[in-house]
Amino acid sequence: MEVAAAKMIGAGLACIALVGAGIGIGNVFGSYLSGALRNPGAAASQTTNLLLGFALCEATGLFGLVIALIILFT
Amino acid sequence: MAMNPMEQFAIKPIVPLHIGGYDVSFTNQSLLMVLVALAASLFLTLAMSKRSLVPSRTQSMAEMSYEFVANMMQSSTGEDGLRFFPFVFTIFVFVLFSNFFGMIPGSFTVTSQIAVTFSLASLVILTVIVTGFVKHGFGFLKLFVPKAPWYLLILLVPIEVISFLTRPISLSVRLFANMLAGHTMLAVFGGFVVLLGGAGGVLSLLSIAPMALIVAIMLLELLVAFLQAYVFAILTCIYLNEALHLHDSH
Repeated sequence: MEVAAAKMIGAGLACIALVGAGIGIGNVFGSYLSGALRNPGAAASQTTNLLLGFALCEATGLFGLVIALIILFT
Repeated sequence: MAMNPMEQFAIKPIVPLHIGGYDVSFTNQSLLMVLVALAASLFLTLAMSKRSLVPSRTQSMAEMSYEFVANMMQSSTGEDGLRFFPFVFTIFVFVLFSNFFGMIPGSFTVTSQIAVTFSLASLVILTVIVTGFVKHGFGFLKLFVPKAPWYLLILLVPIEVISFLTRPISLSVRLFANMLAGHTMLAVFGGFVVLLGGAGGVLSLLSIAPMALIVAIMLLELLVAFLQAYVFAILTCIYLNEALHLHDSH
């Protein structure tokens, strides 16, 4: 197989990382909502942790993007 | 019409300058960094120049950003972490202003360059290491030894060391990749608008749809721009907290 074609396929495969990021972000917000509905009083104090969890989850998907870029542009 | 969505990240020299074989040109990157630093310091000095008891709108913006970071540090590093307030506040304001300056159409995003974010992240990690060794001496190495039975430590110590070493990478790549992905997405959708609008007939009318989508994505990107500055600052606080207090909470 030509190297250029293999690079394209590899970059596409790197996007599978988004599966994990999607599951993670859904889990973060879902768990926060179910917790917040059970105990609305404690919800406001946990927004920091919510945003932190969101950012950490999102980053894993973006690492996939970085790998795709490295494959494509090196 | 072929457009490259990565073109916006190209660094172009404005004043070419070569010293001793090194390329130290004044580029669009350096121009934006100077602008960011100037805008941030001008905003904070001008907003606080009146110092009235009942703050004006600009003054309360400056005070809010101060209190925001101060509260964040208070809750994550405790009282003695406030010594590092100027450091964390500078990083927060710099990243926030760079992200927001990048949102201006046609400008350049400083934080979409891995060189910038990695320098910031290594600055943070170096501060953490120096603080840890100054405060605890070689006891700082206890950071890598959690409370666990010895047979688990064989496994845990390497994991702790590796997780500590990957921190500068994850800290910098998170900010860089978020900015890069967001701006690439905006450019790709912008390309849709141009292609559809230039197609003529009914297709030109259809170009309103991606245009509306861009507006929505722009809002999301504004949120991400703030959120990433916040995350960068709070992770700095968390790392500093570990260096200051090792495993016991403050």
